[in-house]
Amino acid sequence: MKFTERLRTTACIITGAALAAACGGGEPESAAPDQAGTAPAAADRVVVYSARAEHLIKPIFDRYTEETGVEVAYTTDKEQPLIQRLLAEGENTDADMLLTVDAGNLWYAAEQGVLRPIESQVLEQNVPDNLQDPQNRWFALSVRARTIVYSTERVDPRNLSGYAELADDEWQDRLCLRTSKKVYNQSLVAMLIARHGEERTEEIVRGWVDNLATDVFSNDTKLMEAILAGQCDVGVVNTYYFGRLQKERGTDLAMPMALHWPSGETGGVHINVSGGGVTKHAPRPEAAVALLEWLSSPAAQEMFAGLNLEFPANPAVPADPLVAAWGEFEASDMPVAQAGELQAAAVKLMDRAGYR
Amino acid sequence: MTATPLAVAVASLFSPDPAIWAHLAEHVLPRVLVNTLWLVLAVSALTAVIGASLAWLTAACEFPGRRFFNWALLLPLAVPGYVLAFALAGLFEYTGTVQTALRDAFGDGAGLPGLGARAASIVTLTLALFPYVYLISRHAFATQGVRGLEVAQSVGMTPAQGFRRVALPMARPWVAAGVALVAMETLADFGTVSVFNYDTFTTAIYQAWFSLFSLDAALQLASVLVLLVAVAVVTERRFRGRARFEAVGSGGGRRRLHLAPRAAWLATGYCSLVFLVAFLLPVLQLVAWTVQTFAAEFDPRYLAFAGRSVFLGLAAALVIVTLALLLAYAVRMRPEPLAAGFARAATLGYAIPGAVLAVGFFVAVVGLGDGITAAARALLGPGTAPVVLTGTVVTMLLAYAARFLAVGHGPVESAMQRIRPSLDDAARGMGVAGLRLLGRVHVPILGTGIATAALLVFVDVMKELPITLMTRPFGWDTLSVRVFQLTSEGHWERASVSALSIVLVGLIPVLLLNRRSG
Repeated sequence: MKFTERLRTTACIITGAALAAACGGGEPESAAPDQAGTAPAAADRVVVYSARAEHLIKPIFDRYTEETGVEVAYTTDKEQPLIQRLLAEGENTDADMLLTVDAGNLWYAAEQGVLRPIESQVLEQNVPDNLQDPQNRWFALSVRARTIVYSTERVDPRNLSGYAELADDEWQDRLCLRTSKKVYNQSLVAMLIARHGEERTEEIVRGWVDNLATDVFSNDTKLMEAILAGQCDVGVVNTYYFGRLQKERGTDLAMPMALHWPSGETGGVHINVSGGGVTKHAPRPEAAVALLEWLSSPAAQEMFAGLNLEFPANPAVPADPLVAAWGEFEASDMPVAQAGELQAAAVKLMDRAGYR
Repeated sequence: MTATPLAVAVASLFSPDPAIWAHLAEHVLPRVLVNTLWLVLAVSALTAVIGASLAWLTAACEFPGRRFFNWALLLPLAVPGYVLAFALAGLFEYTGTVQTALRDAFGDGAGLPGLGARAASIVTLTLALFPYVYLISRHAFATQGVRGLEVAQSVGMTPAQGFRRVALPMARPWVAAGVALVAMETLADFGTVSVFNYDTFTTAIYQAWFSLFSLDAALQLASVLVLLVAVAVVTERRFRGRARFEAVGSGGGRRRLHLAPRAAWLATGYCSLVFLVAFLLPVLQLVAWTVQTFAAEFDPRYLAFAGRSVFLGLAAALVIVTLALLLAYAVRMRPEPLAAGFARAATLGYAIPGAVLAVGFFVAVVGLGDGITAAARALLGPGTAPVVLTGTVVTMLLAYAARFLAVGHGPVESAMQRIRPSLDDAARGMGVAGLRLLGRVHVPILGTGIATAALLVFVDVMKELPITLMTRPFGWDTLSVRVFQLTSEGHWERASVSALSIVLVGLIPVLLLNRRSG
């Protein structure tokens, strides 16, 4: 950026005299919304609101800029504030794309009408059907599995089956769970509701609570450390946290802890996604679609999933070797969007069952 | 201005969502109300006792290490509550440093008894927040002189009795101002209690919004919270009644009470213990994590993060202290209930959870921009570019003001009470009135009160998260934003690099304030 330009931007930011005409309006792509249709297609900038943390997106955006010359401006926040922000800004928003974590949040963003349907051959080809919105308002970019983790010293994996069976008496005082406030557990319970119905699911969750070895944990890593320290024997975590722990400890410090994949007969492994969509009032929709398509392409997918040890959403792309070493699994066939629809029911159910 | 987020919240009361309320009323509210009451009462009581006793010891007594503790006990201010929580958990939990060492040394059965979520939250918030009471009431003890205590001794009271029956009652507005801040901060806290999974009113607000997808229900809960706080504030005022707290001469200079050797060493031990648990141990834990992760985490952008944190802290301190002075002055000049009530209402934003306040503020500011745009288009034609007020530093500072006015107002207001009304009369007699009275007579006397307010605002803004996240201009990441980026993905150890930077930058104003107050 040239110095004078930088000076101007800084002055605009600080004085707050952000009349778009004076501050941003000089750039061709930020035409008034009623002229957006005629704005030049080749925008040199695209603006992203991201609930995915900065260190997981910056390297990818940097590469995109390198390859295409398009600058990616982004700001990060939690999902709900970002969605409220888009709602408040309405047609004056500067954001072209919303990137977020968890299918429930993507579903809610679409429900609130902040995303637009997009027709893209590339995205249809790269992202499987169950990992995208039926109305094409969002597409998954990475897949995370939430599965069972156990102590190899104290648990025989043949005794493990599905999530529901963790409510069995066998696991009395041996189970560790993360707080029900975390959306990952809400999605998991939503999946159980879809499979077993509310009544049976409430029984399962009550069984979990009865089996808890200690208070719920505030994060997955602490939960796994508790298993390693002998506080409990079995738990439920997102696999990338397991991978991160493996990486930190190095191969010569192999952990007495392993992942177990629930089989297809028990409903399969619960998966969730991170993904994105183009905002309804995007000033540069073509640039946003181009970025989304690029993110679903093999080169970007490897990096996008690899940075966080997740599974690529694009089935043509192999997972990171460390991730692939955990073996094949059968994912739940529930469309991920359904987790959003059932999330409120899941939260209420967990409150009733006393799962904090 | 500070009322806008409140208004947005209160407006939500008119559109209740019966299904969610029924669920909350049956399964959530009974428990979180009990939890919240426990937390607020215990933290208020403990911070009052610890904060006031430490303040009196360092301000009015002499004992080994007093000069060091005088400023060192302020240092915990610079440690965000959620960081303290994580560091203490990292030290004392089952998988933490201490218990792991115990098990390694004495076998699997060894360990500490678990505190439980309630006690852990109470202890952590007390350690994080007692400096508010300490800082504000230390000023009171330092300026009340030793004459009162000398009188107390002359009628045969021990130093402890003198503290309880003379010094403490004279310092009540200051202690109360500090405790009021602590109580509001505790009510609004989300980060600390969520480390321990302790469910409070605030976690219920977040649950309604983030998990049940009902911002309305969240806003409704927030307005109920504000009502409760308003009742508490009014009660405290009534309780304080018509007592006046002007200084009894400036007499006695800076003479201090010399404690007997045993009492003096007890005082030293007490101060050391608090300093150790609230600051030294957690910071050492942060340092240990920083050493592990520094190479992977640190990059030159940190200078920019720190620069923005400092800039925002300073600018916010300037804006908020100015507003607080004007507000306190207005109430002093026109002490009728309406003005006082208005001043109270303006500071209630501090008790609202930050993210809720941020959204309320954001919606209001966007609405204002849209209004201006509509007006401009009506006047200048439909093609006029939209006016966007968000994403500017000015908006950010206004949002900080809405949240932290209470922090600036408390110390300034209670210091203003120390100034005798006769001084105003004398100044007026010499033709000094209006804002010149404030600027030329009050401000110089209020020195330490103003410095206290500025320090509190500065460190609070440095630690603040939800407003910073939502209103910052593109690319304006700060140290606290960096902490958020990493902790939201569970990288607590890596986040210690930025957490430690916040602590280090926060030390600067603490040291400056100390030099100022000698």
